[in-house]
Amino acid sequence: MTSAKRIDQTLFVVLFSAVVGVLSGCSSGVEGLGNREGSLAGESGRQCVKPRDEIRRDHMELIKHQRDETVRKGIRASDHKLASCIECHVRHDDDEGQPVPVNAPGQFCASCHQYAAVGLACFQCHATVPTDDVPHAPATASHGLQGDVIAQEKGTEQ
Amino acid sequence: MRKITFREWSIDNGRYWALLAILAAIAGIGGLSALYMEHEGHWVTGMTNLVVWGTPHVFAVFLIVAASGALNVASIGSVFGKTMYKPLARLSGLLAIALLIGGLLVLVLDLGRPDRLIVAMTTYNFKSIFAWNIYLYVGFMVIVAAYLWTMMERRVNKHSRTVGLFAFVWRLALTTGTGSIFGFLVSRQAYDSAVLAPMFIIMSFAYGLAFYLLVLMFAYNQEGRPMGDVIVNRLKNLLGVFVAAVLFFTIVYHLTKLYGTKYHGVESFFLIHGGIYTMAFWVGQIILGALIPLGILYHPALGKSRSWIASACALVILGGLAGMYFIIIGGQAYPLDLFPGMTVIDEGFGEVAANIAPYSPSLPELLLGLGGVAVAMLMTTVGIRVLKFLPESLADKVVDPHSA
Amino acid sequence: MNKRSDQIQIEQVDSSRRSFIGAAVGTSAAVLAPGVVIHALADGQPRAEAVTAKVRWGMMVDANKCAGDCTACVDACDTENGIDLMHKPEGQSDEKFVQQKPSWMRKVKLKDNLTGRQSSLPMLCQHCEYPPCVDVCPTGASFRRADGIVLVDRHDCIGCRYCMMACPYHARSFLHDTVTVKPTRAPRGKGCVESCNFCVHRLDNGETTTACQDACAKDGHKAIVFGDLNDPQSPVSQALKDQPNRQIRADLQLNTGVRYSGV
Repeated sequence: MTSAKRIDQTLFVVLFSAVVGVLSGCSSGVEGLGNREGSLAGESGRQCVKPRDEIRRDHMELIKHQRDETVRKGIRASDHKLASCIECHVRHDDDEGQPVPVNAPGQFCASCHQYAAVGLACFQCHATVPTDDVPHAPATASHGLQGDVIAQEKGTEQ
Repeated sequence: MRKITFREWSIDNGRYWALLAILAAIAGIGGLSALYMEHEGHWVTGMTNLVVWGTPHVFAVFLIVAASGALNVASIGSVFGKTMYKPLARLSGLLAIALLIGGLLVLVLDLGRPDRLIVAMTTYNFKSIFAWNIYLYVGFMVIVAAYLWTMMERRVNKHSRTVGLFAFVWRLALTTGTGSIFGFLVSRQAYDSAVLAPMFIIMSFAYGLAFYLLVLMFAYNQEGRPMGDVIVNRLKNLLGVFVAAVLFFTIVYHLTKLYGTKYHGVESFFLIHGGIYTMAFWVGQIILGALIPLGILYHPALGKSRSWIASACALVILGGLAGMYFIIIGGQAYPLDLFPGMTVIDEGFGEVAANIAPYSPSLPELLLGLGGVAVAMLMTTVGIRVLKFLPESLADKVVDPHSA
Repeated sequence: MNKRSDQIQIEQVDSSRRSFIGAAVGTSAAVLAPGVVIHALADGQPRAEAVTAKVRWGMMVDANKCAGDCTACVDACDTENGIDLMHKPEGQSDEKFVQQKPSWMRKVKLKDNLTGRQSSLPMLCQHCEYPPCVDVCPTGASFRRADGIVLVDRHDCIGCRYCMMACPYHARSFLHDTVTVKPTRAPRGKGCVESCNFCVHRLDNGETTTACQDACAKDGHKAIVFGDLNDPQSPVSQALKDQPNRQIRADLQLNTGVRYSGV
């Protein structure tokens, strides 16, 4: 191998490692995946509607299915509503207690989505903070059982 | 059987690249305009909730209509067996695909959500003519590509008649679909008419041939390839027939609407009081787009001059654009017939829009439309340069051995 | 200008936006909270099963009772659906903004050609049984729900505006500008088409009135009556039986859910 070629190879290896090193340093958000400390779930000890691994894998499918149920069929009694997710996972600014948009950099959604490079198209239309204007079924988020909601609808005690 | 040689377009490199650069620049500016409109939102355009389709749609529909018409020349050769048109067929197919892509680009880039094109291509409501059009447009490109292949690949030459027939029927369906976009709408006084579908078909014949003739004459003239008067005369006479046919359909459309009292409002708007729309109709569509070209094409002296013929083609194209502007935008500007027998003082969109909805083309819209034309011309230029689309010679002896 | 940084710019919290959101949330909470509590306690349970055709929502508008200069219904609709949160972009003329902003409900002023008599009425989506907008939508985003409400599923809308061409009533609006503040009950975004949905967020949560009806009643005019057309005892069915009424553009035979009397 000629010395010029060897220099080229070494240079390539050095540069490549440097780039990889810098990039992995940048993804320090990996530890903050799901931003545990950034959500009420962490604060209040409330459970998500599904176990963590399932929700991480399936939340997009749940939301997508729910949007058709709500828009096409009018079903609003559900745990899988985007608004419910936002209510739990939005952070409140410590100074003034105001809610911080849930898709802002460093917030709950972005902490995974930035790393995964998946755009958050929902929030082009949907509110990024809870706005107190929607009456919805209370306290279903902590149970996550569809049956609970239907029972309320039918007026029976559970 | 006489063999026709096809050769790549070989003007010198400097001029070729200069042409590409100009077309690419126009196309690039069109792309930037689309980006601007999509990023800011359509408030930067002249389109409103009353005039929802504007200049981009004028260009897009025009290009799509011209695209299906550009295929005519090939169809006359393959389907109707006119030998003289056979050498012209390859360019016809290329131009058809290029114009269609240019038109579709403009249409898609003007969507409120062009990022949802995948949704448009996977979720369908088949009662909508738009949904059918997606299949008709994409199918057209595939079929014409196959048609070109049968023409350019010797081993499958024998299928060119069949594929040509299929392409001919398909392009009729496509143009019917395009005209029906407006023809099926019951809401507007200017639309809701069965004549719009055949009118669009006839318009496609005229505009497509005008484009074709211009491109053909330009390509041959620039390179100095021989192009005899026999072929030019045939094509220009055909163009004259098509332009006259468009005039006929336009007259029928307006005469019918003039007859019914309930359409008197919209007709007096179109023909007399419509300002820019009246101008677009009389000056654009009728005088510049039909009467003057007919005069030129059938004039004993002017009809023999190549530059006059080229001017006539350009006028037909301008007239076509004016006609599209008139139909698409004029049709929206005229108010809906909500309360017959009553005058609307305020329709709820402000006093300015109480009667005729205001619209003026904005720069981004115009640039997007022109960008689409540039993309079509860019594709054509590269096509004829790189592949054998153009016959070596269209001299009289070659085209028609029996000519004097 | 870097498009990506622009995008982040819009979403990034800055103090003026923060305080605006705080003020908006605070004000709307203060205004809506009592109503929300009352509504939630009334019929209000969110629907858990799919809508059926058992109910057909409809409306009667009495133009005789509609006061010329009153815009209570329009204002209430704008507030209910977050339209009042959309502002004119900088550099836009007022006239253009009126033609471009979402307009679910609008007031129309008329004059009879023969008598000169002036009248006014609110114009909104007619919720036709055979909606032209539904026929022409290429993706099926514009659809008619089982209970008669015609609305746009904005997840599927590509913003082609063909439904706006097709609508015989100019009922639909296109979002011409980026939406920065959205209420949870009425999501909307740039590039899609929308129209009156009979306050579907209220109906699906168990209520039975629309914002426009409530506002008109509150103002004392009572020109708008909303309810179930399939129920002969409902106020709207009674109102339709009491007075001669008609569809606007009845010749199109769309069997609209909104009927007018006095025009």
